[in-house]
Amino acid sequence: MRLQRVARFLILCLIVMSSGIAWQANAEYADVVLNQKSEKEGVRPVIFPHWFHRIRFKCKVCHAELGFKMRVGSNHISMENITAGEFCGACHNGDVAWSADECDLCHSGKPGLKTGIRGGHETMGPGIW
Amino acid sequence: MKYSRSLQLIQLGVLGALLMGVALAALSAEKKDPNKFNRLMTPISERNPPPAEDGIHDPESFGTELLQTPRASFSVLPRSPSGNYVNWTKALDDGAIEPRYHRDDADAGPVVMDLNIVREVKGSMPNVVYPHKQHTEWLDCSNCHPALFIPQKGANQISMAQILLGEACGACHGKVAFPVSECRRCHSQPKLEVSKTE
Ligand code: HEC
Ligand code: HEC
Ligand code: HEC
Ligand code: HEC
Ligand code: HEC
Ligand code: HEC
Repeated sequence: MRLQRVARFLILCLIVMSSGIAWQANAEYADVVLNQKSEKEGVRPVIFPHWFHRIRFKCKVCHAELGFKMRVGSNHISMENITAGEFCGACHNGDVAWSADECDLCHSGKPGLKTGIRGGHETMGPGIW
Repeated sequence: MKYSRSLQLIQLGVLGALLMGVALAALSAEKKDPNKFNRLMTPISERNPPPAEDGIHDPESFGTELLQTPRASFSVLPRSPSGNYVNWTKALDDGAIEPRYHRDDADAGPVVMDLNIVREVKGSMPNVVYPHKQHTEWLDCSNCHPALFIPQKGANQISMAQILLGEACGACHGKVAFPVSECRRCHSQPKLEVSKTE
């Protein structure tokens, strides 16, 4: 009896979770949510649009030249190193692209999002690098 | 006794709330159109939506409305059946996009290596042709060698299971590059052709 109820409860949780996933499946393929520090520090999560950047730069620029590791969450990006010209700040410096004072353009995510790559990605697990 | 009773009550309450949530979600989905043509596949009209409707951008953020809608950007690029619905290889070959190879230098170009690696596949699927050309257009050798692949033909075990788990080719395909559902772009060498040329 009790076991049954627990099982029913778990199944429901699963349904709710999966409907949540379906709801998020609209996000553009390869959009990256960065929220390791942002929300804890009182700003919206960051959304990095891969599609937008690959129209302007080849993968090599970020993943070899600028040293972004190909694994979501493995780069320790913070406002301090951005304004020092590292990571996003290598370009978002008012020279290559608009500068780091445009907070809302990067910090545009819905509250509560988890760090990870979004948008109908089909493989599980993080990238291996 | 009393304690477990209140636990039961809480559980019931949560269950009720969840049920209502599910019912409401189902209702609102039904209201749209229970028999819409594409039930599970994202219909073309809903692909690459504007940031405010994509479920991850906050529509209330001032920045969101300033961001570009993928659909608008992709309208001038060659299409593909999945992922961003953009054929990035073709977009590059056709000159529809001109991504920089250096951050500051718009004229720098890659050293492209034209070396195909054919991987014979057990079973009925066509063989996999791995083209260095399309990859070195975008990537540096160090993005793959030696962490992902030992640079020696046949030295790496690769299987579809690994790829689906995000390893080997799956580190990019299914995440940023065209996803696994486009079988034929990797499995591109029919087995008949091999026996003919041999
Ligand atoms: C403008 C910079 C930029 C460009 C250009 C770029 N990326 Fe990325 N990439 C990033 C950032 C930022 C992340 C997230 C890193 C993090 O979370 O620490 C990332 C993450 C990734 C990941 C990790 C995904 C995972 O599941 O962990 C892969 C794979 C990847 N990129 C592949 C590519 C490929 C392939 C290209 C070229 C088509 C490319 N990137 C172009 C910046 C870039
Ligand atoms: C170019 C994109 C970009 C811009 C512009 C930007 N940020 Fe950030 N910000 C980031 C990234 C990436 C992180 C790290 C995300 C994470 O993992 O939570 C971050 C993290 C933060 C954090 C967390 C703590 C810390 O210091 O790292 C705060 C607070 C923050 N940003 C505030 C701001 C404010 C205020 C502005 C405007 C003056 C701003 N950001 C502009 C990309 C940006
Ligand atoms: C290699 C250079 C480069 C790096 C690194 C880079 N960006 Fe950008 N980014 C650009 C350029 C160029 C633009 C276009 C600027 C413009 O429209 O004037 C841009 C635009 C954007 C946009 C706006 C897209 C739109 O819809 O207009 C966002 C958001 C963004 N970047 C976030 C980030 C974040 C977050 C990071 C770090 C994780 C980052 N970028 C790292 C070059 C870069
Ligand atoms: C996208 C990933 C990727 C990139 C980028 C890449 N390679 Fe490879 N490379 C591979 C794979 C996969 C193989 C096949 C390994 C196997 O068969 O097990 C390979 C094989 C090789 C081999 C062995 C060929 C043989 O016949 O034994 C050499 C040499 C090589 N790569 C050199 C390079 C060089 C030089 C670059 C940069 C110009 C480069 N690769 C860029 C994925 C890559
Ligand atoms: C480091 C990232 C990365 C890895 C690892 C990788 N690819 Fe790719 N691949 C790309 C990118 C980026 C493109 C350009 C097209 C795109 O983005 O959709 C591409 C394109 C291709 C194409 C060209 C398709 C065409 O239309 O011409 C083939 C085939 C391919 N990959 C097969 C493979 C195979 C097989 C492996 C594993 C042995 C592999 N790739 C590993 C990033 C990668
Ligand atoms: C990114 C490139 C890529 C895509 C896309 C891809 N495959 Fe594969 N596939 C491979 C590679 C690489 C192997 C390993 C070949 C070998 O044995 O060396 C493989 C192996 C296989 C095998 C042999 C058994 C195994 O697991 O090794 C089957 C069956 C297969 N693929 C089916 C498919 C089907 C069906 C699809 C489409 C849903 C697909 N593949 C899409 C690259 C790809």
